[in-house]
Amino acid sequence: MRSKLSLRGKAAIVGAALAGCGEAHGKSSMEITIEGVHGALADAGIALGEVDAIATCQPLDMLSGLTLAQELGLNPRFTMNNRMGGSSFLSHTLWAAMLLELRLADTVLICYGSNQRTASGKLMTALGLPTYEAPYKPLFPLSSYALAADRHMTQFGTTREQLADVAVAARAWAKKNPDAFMRDPLTREDVIASRPVSDPLRVRDCCLVTDGGGAIVMRRAETAKDHPRPPVYLLGGGEGTTHRDISEMADLTVTGAAQSGRTAMDMAGVKPADIDVVQLYDAFTINVILFLEDLGFCKKGEGGAFVANGGIAPGGHLPVNTNGGGLSCVHPGMYGIFTLVEAVRQLRGEAGDRQIDGAELVLAHGNGGVLSSQVTNILGTEATL
Amino acid sequence: MAGIGQGPGPDAVFAAKLAEGVFEIQKCGGCGTHVFHPRVICPACGSADLGWIAPTGRGTVYARTVVRRKPERGGDYNVVLVDLEEGVRMMSRIDGIAHDQIVAGLKVTASIGEGAEGDPAVVFRPE
Ligand SMILES: [Zn+2]
Repeated sequence: MRSKLSLRGKAAIVGAALAGCGEAHGKSSMEITIEGVHGALADAGIALGEVDAIATCQPLDMLSGLTLAQELGLNPRFTMNNRMGGSSFLSHTLWAAMLLELRLADTVLICYGSNQRTASGKLMTALGLPTYEAPYKPLFPLSSYALAADRHMTQFGTTREQLADVAVAARAWAKKNPDAFMRDPLTREDVIASRPVSDPLRVRDCCLVTDGGGAIVMRRAETAKDHPRPPVYLLGGGEGTTHRDISEMADLTVTGAAQSGRTAMDMAGVKPADIDVVQLYDAFTINVILFLEDLGFCKKGEGGAFVANGGIAPGGHLPVNTNGGGLSCVHPGMYGIFTLVEAVRQLRGEAGDRQIDGAELVLAHGNGGVLSSQVTNILGTEATL
Repeated sequence: MAGIGQGPGPDAVFAAKLAEGVFEIQKCGGCGTHVFHPRVICPACGSADLGWIAPTGRGTVYARTVVRRKPERGGDYNVVLVDLEEGVRMMSRIDGIAHDQIVAGLKVTASIGEGAEGDPAVVFRPE
C-alpha cells in the first residue's frame, strides 16, 4: 500500500492575470506572456525576484522555459517546460504544489502567451502529422475531434443540434464578459449553417484563433493569506494520458478525463454534485460533451442531452465556461491557463455580470493533443479547506 | 524472428514492405496480440518478439469524417478509422464510394493505393 500523501489544500494561487487577449498587434508570444507575468505578480503583491520556480510552454519555442528565465532575469531553482498541449498548465500547478510542499521552492510562476492571431491568423503549432496518419491528410487537429464527434453521434445518438448548443452556451456567457472576443448573438441555426470544415464539425464548433496570455503565481497555503486578494486553494489534481494520435485512442468516446477527474476529486474529497462552476478546455464543441461525461457530471452517452437547450448556459443546471471559453472568449492555442484564471475570478467573486453567486468549488480541466492528455484541478475558497 | 538491435527499426521495415506492395502488421510472439502501428516492443506485454504477418485485409469503419475542400483545391475527401479483423485500428481512406455513404459499421477491404504525396498507402474499398 502506498501512503496517502495528499496535496489537498497545501498550495494556493495568490495572483492571476490575463494579457493581450484578442489582438495584440506588434507583440511576440513571449512579450504577451511577460505582460501577464507582470500583472499576476502585481495582483499577488510579489516582487519578481521572489520567484524561484517557473513553468511555461509556448507555441513554437521548444525551450520556452529557458527563454522565460532569461527574459525575466531569473535564475530559478526549478524550470518546468513540460509540454502536453493545452493541459500543460494544469499539470504545472500539480508540480508547483509538490515543489512548494517539499519546500524545494517558495514562489512558483506558471504562464503562457501566444500571438497566433496577429502573427499567423491560424493555429500556430510546432507539431506535424503523425507518420501513420499523414498519408490521409486529416486536418490537424480538427479532423481528430471530428472523428470523435462522429463516433459519439453513431454510438449514442448525439445530435448536430446538441453540439451546436455547446457553442450557443459559450456565446451566451461571452455576452456577459466584456473581455470576450466574440459577443454577437449566435443561435443553434447559425452554428448548423456555418461553413462545414471536417464533418460533422463546422466552423462554429471550433475554438477561436486569438492572441492572449495568462499567468498565475502559487505559494504554500500557510502564507497564502499574506497577499492582497483572497487565496484560491488547490484541493486536488489528476492526470490521464491515453495516446498521442487519434488513431491510437482505444475508445473515441472515453477520454483520460475519467481518470484525471476521479484522481482530482478523490484528492479533494468532493464529487461532481459539489462543484459550483466548471471550466473546460472547449477546443471543439464535442470536447465539452465528452469531458462532462467523463468527469461524472452526467452518464456516458448523455452529454448531448446534458448540454442541450441551455443546460450549461447562464441559468442552466451547471455553469460551464463562464468566460465564454475557447469558443467565444479567447483561444491563443494551449488554452489551459485560461481555465485557471477564470476559476480564480469566480472564486474571488470578481467575475462581474457572469459571477456565480456563492461559488466555492471550481473544477478546471485541460485537454492536450487530440483528446490525448487530460488534466483536472479542483480549486476552492478558504471555506472549502 | 524480430528483435531489438537487429537491422532497421519497425517503421522502416513497414515502409519497405509497403513500397514492395506488401501490407503487413506485427504479431507478438509473447502474448499473441496484433500490433499496429509498428512498434519496438509489444504495448500489451512489453515483449520485443514482434514478428510480421499478413492481415486478412478485412475491416470495419469505426469513425469517419469528410474534410471539406474547395473544388479548385481538389474537392472533399474522407478520413476514416478502420478496425481490422485482427483487432488493430488504423487511419485510412475509403475509395469507390460516395463520402456521405461511409458510416461506422461499413465493411471494407484493404489494398495498397496512394497517399497524399503519391507514396504507397493502405486504403480501403467497400466489400
Ligand atoms: Zn505481447
